[in-house]
Amino acid sequence: MSSPILAVQDATTMLGRELKHTLRFPLLLVGTILVPVVMLLLFEYILGGPIGTGLGAAAHGAPYVDFLVPGIILLTVAASCGPTAINVRMDMSGGFIDRVRAMAVARGALLAGHVGGSVVRTILSTVVVIAVALLVGFRPKASVEAWVAVLGIVTAFSFSLAWLAAAIGLTAKSVAGANGLTLPIQFLLPFLSSTFVPAESMPAGVRWFALNQPFTAVVDTLRALLTGGSVGTNAYVTIAWCVAIALAGYLWAQVALRRGVPAT
Amino acid sequence: MVRMNTLTTNTTPDAVSVRGLRKTYGDKVILDGIDLAIGEGQIFGLLGPNGAGKTTMVRILSTLIPPDGGTTTVFGHDVRREPVAVRELIGLTGQFSAVDDLLTGEENLLLIGRLLHVPAAERRRRASELLERFDLVDAAKRRPATYSGGMKRRLDIAMTLMGRPRIIFLDEPTTGLDPRSRHSMWRLIRDLAAGGVTILLTTQYLEEADELADRIAVIDRGRIVAQGTPDELKRRVPGAQIVLRFADEASFDSAALALPEGKRDDDQFVLRIPHKGGIHSLREVLSRLGEAVAVEDVAIDSPDLDDVFFALTGNPQKEQN
Repeated sequence: MSSPILAVQDATTMLGRELKHTLRFPLLLVGTILVPVVMLLLFEYILGGPIGTGLGAAAHGAPYVDFLVPGIILLTVAASCGPTAINVRMDMSGGFIDRVRAMAVARGALLAGHVGGSVVRTILSTVVVIAVALLVGFRPKASVEAWVAVLGIVTAFSFSLAWLAAAIGLTAKSVAGANGLTLPIQFLLPFLSSTFVPAESMPAGVRWFALNQPFTAVVDTLRALLTGGSVGTNAYVTIAWCVAIALAGYLWAQVALRRGVPAT
Repeated sequence: MVRMNTLTTNTTPDAVSVRGLRKTYGDKVILDGIDLAIGEGQIFGLLGPNGAGKTTMVRILSTLIPPDGGTTTVFGHDVRREPVAVRELIGLTGQFSAVDDLLTGEENLLLIGRLLHVPAAERRRRASELLERFDLVDAAKRRPATYSGGMKRRLDIAMTLMGRPRIIFLDEPTTGLDPRSRHSMWRLIRDLAAGGVTILLTTQYLEEADELADRIAVIDRGRIVAQGTPDELKRRVPGAQIVLRFADEASFDSAALALPEGKRDDDQFVLRIPHKGGIHSLREVLSRLGEAVAVEDVAIDSPDLDDVFFALTGNPQKEQN
């Protein structure tokens, strides 16, 4: 019955709604730009001096800002999780999702709008953050192809995290809870990766975790692309992580959606 | 189509048919073997206190949650096996308004139209028709945040009607509305039914069920405790009574002697005599009482659905909010 064309049409409708929301309530978007910008300034001007000196060989002789900015881009991608989970959760409490679920609308379309909106917002805020980074002194050495690859990774990773965030939004008990549950993704995982300092410099236990978690693979790939280094096998690890997280988030969201919310 | 009809029954299926419906959350039984049938074109009232299972019932019928047992069909389509077919026939207006607060009233209607794949021109036509009909033309370009409770509810129902549903589930449509909005909501519901739409209405207000519903099912703790027309239900409690109140024990006792069929309330000096209706019955009772006995107060007590409710559920209707 529900042909793929109708499903795409439904998803586009929901995406349009989501983008309209962003325009009319831009505060969440501003937040996802502000956090990475503040972190950028904080690490570049306050903490960056000693960190930069301590980096040694890891920076390949480049200033700390060139090491830092790929990490800030990753932080920007992660920051979108908050608004996405909040938006999904707000739909739930407003009864809107129930209305749509009781209509003959393609199942995936509902969250696809939120996920698509999240990706669009992430790309927007990433562009703004990169612009600020250039003002601060970031000097990327990426080729056009490398920039395209950066855009691809930002899109893919933000797509995966958005599905995860949507699932979190569906299962959270409250709007505040939805945001709270994404905080580990927004902050803990970036800090426990090579976002700000190389994972190799961390204490043994944390180092093992940092070296093997998705954020390190993604940020190392971004860093290699932007600083003109060699990406190596990290590209495959990054793609694998994106697919795995997207799949897990998608399936979790579908289960949560099917289970629905018990009547109060 | 013709061949299908000869194979299946000739009678049109009920709009809703529920047999042995069960739903549990963990070890908590929410619906415990519900049986009911709603004929096409009816306004069916599901009446019960908070927590009786009304909303769960609506959520199962609108395919939002699966039932645990029994069969539940909407126009012959099983909610479990053919949810998409069910969704194409129903409209849901939940207990909490499901309007999008960041879109204007008109945009809300158009969004629902898009999701229903109504062609653009038809979409706009239907939206402006509904805005007109629900007295929302002036509010069309504003966001629902600026609406009153009644307006929000009207927009909610207008959104439900964008899909031209054959049956509408209204979950407590007047809860939280002021008396005026409530009355205009009643008028609106009657108009919908007059247009041929079947309506399942849940309510905790007896007056509302009495006012609107063709048939009522009283639900309490997950079970249907009574079902019938409002009049049938009212017949299930004692009929009208003449209630005589006396100032002192002496007159109360002599009245009780004169009217032995009366039911005594010794604490309040009140005597209840079955009322056959009409002024004759009243005059006859009073004349048997005679001039000598001083009556403090005479009243006629007709049963309403409140009495039915108390009699059926055994628990007084709790004050809400």
